[in-house]
Amino acid sequence: MMMSHLRAAMALTGMAALGLLASPALQTRNQKDRQILHALNRLTFGPQPGDIERVEKMGLRNWIEQQLNPERMSQNPELAVKLQPLETLAMVPGEIVERYPNRPLVQQIVNGRRPLPSDLFLRAVVENMVFRFETRKAAKAETTSVVSADSSQEATPPEPLEPLRRYLDENRIQALRQGSRADKETILAALPPDQVDSILIAMPPALRKKLMPAAPPSMRRRMMLLDAPQRAVTYDLWEGKTYRAIYSDRQLAEVLDDFWFNHFNVFLDKGQDLYMVPQYEREAIRPHVLGKFRDLLEATAKSPAMLFFLDNWESVGPHSRAAERANGKTKKRGLNENYARELMELHTLGVNGGYSQKDVIEVARCFSGWTIQQPRLGGEFAFNPNMHDTGAKFVLGHKIQAGGMEDGEEVLDILARHPATAKHISFQLAQRFVSDNPPEALINRMARTFLEKDGDLREVMKTMLDSPEFWSDAQYLAKIKTPFEMAVSAVRALDADVDDAFALTNRIASLGQPLYRKQEPTGYSSVAADWMNSAALLARLNFSLALARNQVPGIHVDTTRLSENPARLLLMREPSAQTVDAMRQALDAQKPKTAEEGRQYLAGLVIGSPDFQRH
Amino acid sequence: MYSRRFFLKSSAVAMFGAGAVPGWLSRAVYAANTPARRKKVMVAIFQRGAADGLNIVVPFGEKRYYAMRPSIAIPRPDGGPLSAVNLNGFFGLHPSLRPLKAIYDQRQLAIVEAVGSPDPTRSHFDAQDYMESGTPGAKSTPDGWLNRALPPDTSAGGSPLRAASFGPELPRSLRGHNDAVAVSALRDLKVADTSAAGVFESMYGASKDQMLNGTGRETFEAMKMVESIEKRPYTPEGGASYPSSRIGQNLAQIAQLIKADVGLEVAFTDIGGWDNHVNEVGGKVSEGALANVLNQFGQALAAFHMDLGDRVQDVVVVTMSEFGRTAHENGNRGTDHGHANVMFVMGGDVRGGQVYGDWPGLADHQLYEGRDLALTTDFRDVLGEVVSRHLGNRDLGRVFPGYTAWNFRGLMV
Repeated sequence: MMMSHLRAAMALTGMAALGLLASPALQTRNQKDRQILHALNRLTFGPQPGDIERVEKMGLRNWIEQQLNPERMSQNPELAVKLQPLETLAMVPGEIVERYPNRPLVQQIVNGRRPLPSDLFLRAVVENMVFRFETRKAAKAETTSVVSADSSQEATPPEPLEPLRRYLDENRIQALRQGSRADKETILAALPPDQVDSILIAMPPALRKKLMPAAPPSMRRRMMLLDAPQRAVTYDLWEGKTYRAIYSDRQLAEVLDDFWFNHFNVFLDKGQDLYMVPQYEREAIRPHVLGKFRDLLEATAKSPAMLFFLDNWESVGPHSRAAERANGKTKKRGLNENYARELMELHTLGVNGGYSQKDVIEVARCFSGWTIQQPRLGGEFAFNPNMHDTGAKFVLGHKIQAGGMEDGEEVLDILARHPATAKHISFQLAQRFVSDNPPEALINRMARTFLEKDGDLREVMKTMLDSPEFWSDAQYLAKIKTPFEMAVSAVRALDADVDDAFALTNRIASLGQPLYRKQEPTGYSSVAADWMNSAALLARLNFSLALARNQVPGIHVDTTRLSENPARLLLMREPSAQTVDAMRQALDAQKPKTAEEGRQYLAGLVIGSPDFQRH
Repeated sequence: MYSRRFFLKSSAVAMFGAGAVPGWLSRAVYAANTPARRKKVMVAIFQRGAADGLNIVVPFGEKRYYAMRPSIAIPRPDGGPLSAVNLNGFFGLHPSLRPLKAIYDQRQLAIVEAVGSPDPTRSHFDAQDYMESGTPGAKSTPDGWLNRALPPDTSAGGSPLRAASFGPELPRSLRGHNDAVAVSALRDLKVADTSAAGVFESMYGASKDQMLNGTGRETFEAMKMVESIEKRPYTPEGGASYPSSRIGQNLAQIAQLIKADVGLEVAFTDIGGWDNHVNEVGGKVSEGALANVLNQFGQALAAFHMDLGDRVQDVVVVTMSEFGRTAHENGNRGTDHGHANVMFVMGGDVRGGQVYGDWPGLADHQLYEGRDLALTTDFRDVLGEVVSRHLGNRDLGRVFPGYTAWNFRGLMV
């Protein structure tokens, strides 16, 4: 035992262990591998062990062709299994509101305009919400009349445990309240299936919240339902995106989904958007990422998520029946320019794309009446002719006078085919895939393809991937990974199994990139300077160590294969001399107790190294 | 030469060995002897949820106020704990803000009335977004005003803690080109495993990757800086007692950073609990949701002021909220989303002891859209004055792009 640990530690400290051996034969292979690694770095969420060999075998060109045609590829069957429990991802907004009730729905039930759900658990959820709503009201009334002068010290009443005692003995209750995480996990996993719902309902809310990280996913979902049903939607989105990035074989499609969602960013936590985002991503973004830009643009323009996020659903044209009827009285609702402005500034022409404030107003008039039916209950897109401005409009030199929903569609036609749009989109793509400062010549070539091929995004990607700029030495490892890219690429490089992505997605949020929660319509930056600062780097270092040491719950890392050359194996290239030196010092300074501990420590150091932050 | 050797002997420097002394540290060491090196600091506090300015600084001299708020108005000052604290015969503080009265009397607290964002939105989300970007009406501004407010850093190796916010995420106000640190608590700013921390430090310190090398150095500087601050138990000055709530603890840590001279220039924190549509005021005015949050707010600000001691000369605190609340109370002893509001400006450089801004009045025809306090001062006039006169950043065209109708109120000495 002693002996083998020692040998393992020695092997680790040796030159070979740190990837310093590079024979001439290996070097030539490296030259070839380099192109493959570059493609894997930029077109996937990071290479997995064996990927380089796999691509080499099928040929880099064939691999790219395959990634550009995801619909012809088979999909990793494991992914469907991971996604299956995340049920809201497959639902339309109205369905989510019904299954994961929000306040407006509960209010309808309270007012008798909607029956209580027939599903018993869902009924408990609704009753819980009604109860909470009413106790909050009552509690407020009470604080306002009795509380002592020092009302800052709000006394929290002891949690009622009586209902729980009907199902669990005192020991287990104590363990659930104060035990170790492992104790909690064991007890929760062993609850009798026919009693789980009753037990969860009987738990005081604070206890449920505390136990959430220790609960298996299906139980956690029911816990969320009881306390904050909306959170389940957030987590479905977070986990779904993370699973797809880690497990999908259609890697480029996932990277593009991330890119285009971000290009047409909506913020999950702006009111009702929460319920609309799953459908938005599924129906407005994903089907079009390698299709025609015009289709993608219209799909986002008509999506409840975008209409709500940028307020167009409320926009009333000054020359509309609704405005005339209001006649300056009642609630003032007028033209809202938000969508019109971002449509041109961010989605199409770009900030210097040659439009004026007058164009913004004219475009806003064209889109007045593009609204949502019953937005609070998860409604769908609707055109409301009463809100539509029927007068003639002039947009970028075009006269638009159809007078109905076609006005907005005509604007989309103009914008989708505008040369400024071709350039803006090409710039954005090149910045994400090639360089923080993409070369002008490349942008121009991509823009030409965009215009010649009627905004065919697959063709634009091909132009980029055929360019010398994409493959130039200067771009190799030139981009800094975003927090999401960093976390996912680490999981992939470690070939870790993710059974439960809940904790991982929370870590990604604390790395500085909470998914679907970028407040600004600009989306997240893909530029290095925006991601590198002290707090963010410390978060990356701590995440790296925790991940490799199996301290991120739900992820299982097996470092057995990393007993030699951990840096080479995780980076899939030679590590920098500085990283190698530091790791050698690490082993000199601290002798690991077991070989596994040593491997985990080194793996954590590699993931946190400067080398791993670039791709 | 002599002095340099002297500094290297000081224990704080010894911690780093004989290598290059980080810029912030030599500044900190200097600062202990030469107060001239102290940085000017601006602290922004965001009251999220739309604070009810009319019940925070009460226009008790305005009859209409009592007519519009029959069950939630704060009574005229009578010297007792259940009435407004008289400021100038027309305005008074909510009684829960009594701790601020002494600071007002010391002329270190100024109040700006009828101030806010000119954008008409009554959406919390949009209004906070506009106030934090500093560009009402423009959604796609990529960065926040407080980040842009940082004066250009001319010193080589500037402090990694120039800009800090307390909370889980970097707020909109602080996002942007200048590095800013977001921490829930100072003690989180470290690599949990100390031996790994050393390895990472040498990896990043030796890295040929310019950007990662730079960020890495800053990161480990910041970490050590915080470590050395955290090592010493912190005792607030003058017996200042911070409330245990988040706002209290955050301000305590900001004071700690200021007094440690680590190069802090702008800091941000926020406080929720203002969106009181129901039971804003309880059976007594010292009770209810607003009184609760104002207790926290007032105690925290007063403790911060006390704790700063003579460092208050270097610090200005500004408070803001996305919009005010309806002038009339609603049917649930609460108020709904309104328009103009009130801001506090506190610090040594402040011409305090006055209420600034034109009071628009509360008659129906004086109200904004017939329901809310009208706006007479743009919030950018208040922030801009502090940014230029206190922080010394005169490039207001960059801090608040698109705003040209500047009208400083003369808040700063």
